[in-house]
Amino acid sequence: MTWWQIRKRDADVERELRSDLELEEEEQRENGVPPEEARYAALRAFGNPTLICEQTSAIWSWNWRESLARDLRFSLRTLRRTPGFTVIAILVMALGIGANVALFTVVRGVLLKPLPFHDPDRLVMLYEAGLQEDDAAGPNVVSGGMYAEWKNQSRSFSSLALAKGIRVGLSGSGGQLPEKLKSALFSWNMLSTLGVQPALGRDFTAADDKPGANGTVLLSWGLWKRRFGGDPAILNQTIDLDAQTYTVIGVMPAWFDFPDSSTQLWTPVYHDKPEDEMTSFSNHMFRVVGRLKPGVSASQSVADLSVISQRIHDAHLNDPFVFRRASSRPLLEHIVGEIKKPLYVLLEATCCLLLIACLNVANLLVARAAARRKELAIRTALGGSWLRLIGERLMECLLLSASGGALGLLLAFAALQWLTRTRLDMTRVESIHIDSVVAAFTVGVIVLCALFSGLIAAFSSSDKSILGALHEASRSVGGNSARASVRKVLLTLEVGLTVTLLIGAGLLVKSYERLRSADMGCLTQDVITMHLGLPDARYATPAQRANFYDALLDRVRALPGVDAAGFATAVPGQGYQTDWSFTIVEHPPLPQGSGLFALSRWADPNYFGAMGIPILRGRTFDRGKRLDAADEVIISQSFANQYFPGEDPLGRHLRARGRNAVIVGMVGDTRYEIGEPPRPVQYYPLAAGIENVGALVIRSSRNLEQFALPVQRIVSEMNPDLPVSDVLTMHELLGQSTVDQSFHTALLVAFATLSLALAGVGLFGVMSYIAAQRKTEIGIRVALGATREQVMRKMLLDGMRPAVFGLVGGLAASLEAGQLMRDLLYEIKPLDPAVYAAVAATLLAVAAFACIVPAWRASRVDPMQALRAE
Amino acid sequence: MSSMAKQAPQRVGVLQGTLDMLILRTLLYGAAHGHQIGKHIQRTTNEFLQMQHGSLYPALHRLEKRGWVVSKWETAPDRNREFKYYRLTEKGRKQLLVEESQWKKMSEAVARIMWPTAEES
Repeated sequence: MTWWQIRKRDADVERELRSDLELEEEEQRENGVPPEEARYAALRAFGNPTLICEQTSAIWSWNWRESLARDLRFSLRTLRRTPGFTVIAILVMALGIGANVALFTVVRGVLLKPLPFHDPDRLVMLYEAGLQEDDAAGPNVVSGGMYAEWKNQSRSFSSLALAKGIRVGLSGSGGQLPEKLKSALFSWNMLSTLGVQPALGRDFTAADDKPGANGTVLLSWGLWKRRFGGDPAILNQTIDLDAQTYTVIGVMPAWFDFPDSSTQLWTPVYHDKPEDEMTSFSNHMFRVVGRLKPGVSASQSVADLSVISQRIHDAHLNDPFVFRRASSRPLLEHIVGEIKKPLYVLLEATCCLLLIACLNVANLLVARAAARRKELAIRTALGGSWLRLIGERLMECLLLSASGGALGLLLAFAALQWLTRTRLDMTRVESIHIDSVVAAFTVGVIVLCALFSGLIAAFSSSDKSILGALHEASRSVGGNSARASVRKVLLTLEVGLTVTLLIGAGLLVKSYERLRSADMGCLTQDVITMHLGLPDARYATPAQRANFYDALLDRVRALPGVDAAGFATAVPGQGYQTDWSFTIVEHPPLPQGSGLFALSRWADPNYFGAMGIPILRGRTFDRGKRLDAADEVIISQSFANQYFPGEDPLGRHLRARGRNAVIVGMVGDTRYEIGEPPRPVQYYPLAAGIENVGALVIRSSRNLEQFALPVQRIVSEMNPDLPVSDVLTMHELLGQSTVDQSFHTALLVAFATLSLALAGVGLFGVMSYIAAQRKTEIGIRVALGATREQVMRKMLLDGMRPAVFGLVGGLAASLEAGQLMRDLLYEIKPLDPAVYAAVAATLLAVAAFACIVPAWRASRVDPMQALRAE
Repeated sequence: MSSMAKQAPQRVGVLQGTLDMLILRTLLYGAAHGHQIGKHIQRTTNEFLQMQHGSLYPALHRLEKRGWVVSKWETAPDRNREFKYYRLTEKGRKQLLVEESQWKKMSEAVARIMWPTAEES
């Protein structure tokens, strides 16, 4: 029923009563009652018309609306009367709710929303597994040969498709600079497997995906807009990728970002990759996506594939790198796997924060209820129903949390805007939106907060000792300890939660520090790296490549300010990249089915010096040995320890890819990725001219950024189509690889700081309140001879008690919470004593600080004034 | 008993639960407005039943809400003014029968307990 209908109904009842009342009056007159008395007589016979009117209206049961409206008006008035309280409560709620809504939106967008593909539940990511019988190596990416066998023989999938992320150089055209782009190789059926169509143009066909076919390429929406002005005429035009010609056949929708969020181009894999890589069983490099047939479970499909793998394995017993089995996981899990844990930890942290916010508001409400105790007692004495009073309290909380929620939603919106703009690298960041589900979540949180804080506050003030409260009006010396104890319990909880958050944050901070200070085994300052890739088409022979490197390095070293320069296929911190299998010529042959492999890098002789990787034994590569004559190898220390225990590795030979190389030196260990332990590395000479992609390394004590332009100029003079990309100092490069950790750490620290502030404010509030309440008592104590110090000590102890209890509880809870975070921590245990001690000290310091002002104020009480005040 | 007889005629409030029945029964004669209904009940019982307006109007609206009566603003034939007239519906008639039989059973049951000898004889 709407408002105007209620109004109409009310008016109708009133009119009915009025007409009947007038009739009564007329009849009284007709019975001879004097006109001036007739009205009163009628009223006497009738009763109280207003009351009748209300009772009659109540029949139509719209009364709850009216009482709601009344509660609302009343609550608004009460809140307006105490603006300080209202503003603080709303802000506290806004922070709690805002943080939760923002994080829930992220979790929903990233983890909960289904992938934007057709029937995404049937999509799985497939891996090879079982390198050893015991499967110690875990799942691995798939070899081209195994993919082909799976595709031909398996019966579980309606389609299998393959992808690999690479980088290609897009040649300059129309005055635009050449650039290096993230790209992906797709088998022709990848898009149809995912159930995606290009936004413009056509999908790959089987005919495009062959070695001899014409080159075809799909553009990302972003690249099409940025580089080609969003002109549909680009279709069927050609572009040059790594100096080869490709026809643009389509543009993908803006949201499409498989397999990686910054992929800009897609090309057919069988066209681009040499045939031997596509048929090898031991060269593992591809991601395989399968669409399960209806009715086939993931485990059935894995069993199906494993049978095929085992058969292939048995047929290639002499190759130790053919896997025995398959494994799979849902595609969504593959995509969000890394980010899942930290997001849930953060969500738990925001829940803690929200709980703390609610406790704080409840605390404020209890305090206010105490101040309004007399008012409430009088109202109860006058017949105000207890339910009405609770209703009012709840309405007040609902108003507070609704306003807080609205403000929080704005905060969340701003935070998400910032996040989606700054963290483009985050998985599925584009699917983070505030939508109706998030709105519903917000409303739910608001109601929950209102109920939680409102009920705590309402029940703490529900004792019905009206008389007691009214008595207190005359004289109260003992103070109201019961109410203060409710607040102390709330505070204890608050402090406990805060401690848990602080410890979580502390662990992350310490782990992050460890991570950033992990010894990379090389210089992390004064070094700048730049990515370069030589297209096969232009640099087809080893000699061409080796000459390019020589010329480039000579010219770079001649630049003023360059202390040293080198080139390697990958520098520490750039990831796992490639490994090669090898055998040690001087060692007896390994049993069939087992083999050795290690990370492989190609470097020029000066790389180690430029990068600050110490040469521990032997020497660097012989500058004079080039191309086929370059038969040297340098190993890392852990390589020597692992494969030449108690033996001098120098002068021994490694055999890899059919060639022997003599070990001429041993260098220090490096980490391929920050946070990963150092692994054995074999370095081969760049001068062999085999590799065509890598990083130029420049060491200088000058400002590093200034080398970007001169190097770019040198490269473009050597080849105008060659892009230089990823110009990063070593510091930046490592920073980029820890951006997730720093992000999570920063957030958790922010939450913990916030909750510490809230707990501090809560403690301060309670102490001030207790001090104010016990003013008279303290006055008497002082008058009887208690010293200021005694009073202060007593007040301090009183205030510190909930803090200490909360601390103990929080530390206990953290033992559990720390286990949750185990996976996020680097090189520290969840029970790190230093973190626990630091948190305890911080919390006690904040608690003492919060208590000391009220305690000091209490000790300054002038006994005469305190006694007179009553 | 004799001392009671000396007092002014006794007036009692309408028994809880019977008001609906009395209103419905009154409306059996035809449409009436609230004042008429109250007066009718009072007069018919020789002022024994005292109508409380405080319960009459809520009762009327309750009956209307349940669909036993309908209301309409009509001009009274004797006074040149509109009153809200209530009229019995078919549903109301059935309800009256139900309440009547319940009341009969109730009063018989009460009578059996209160005056058992009368019943035996």
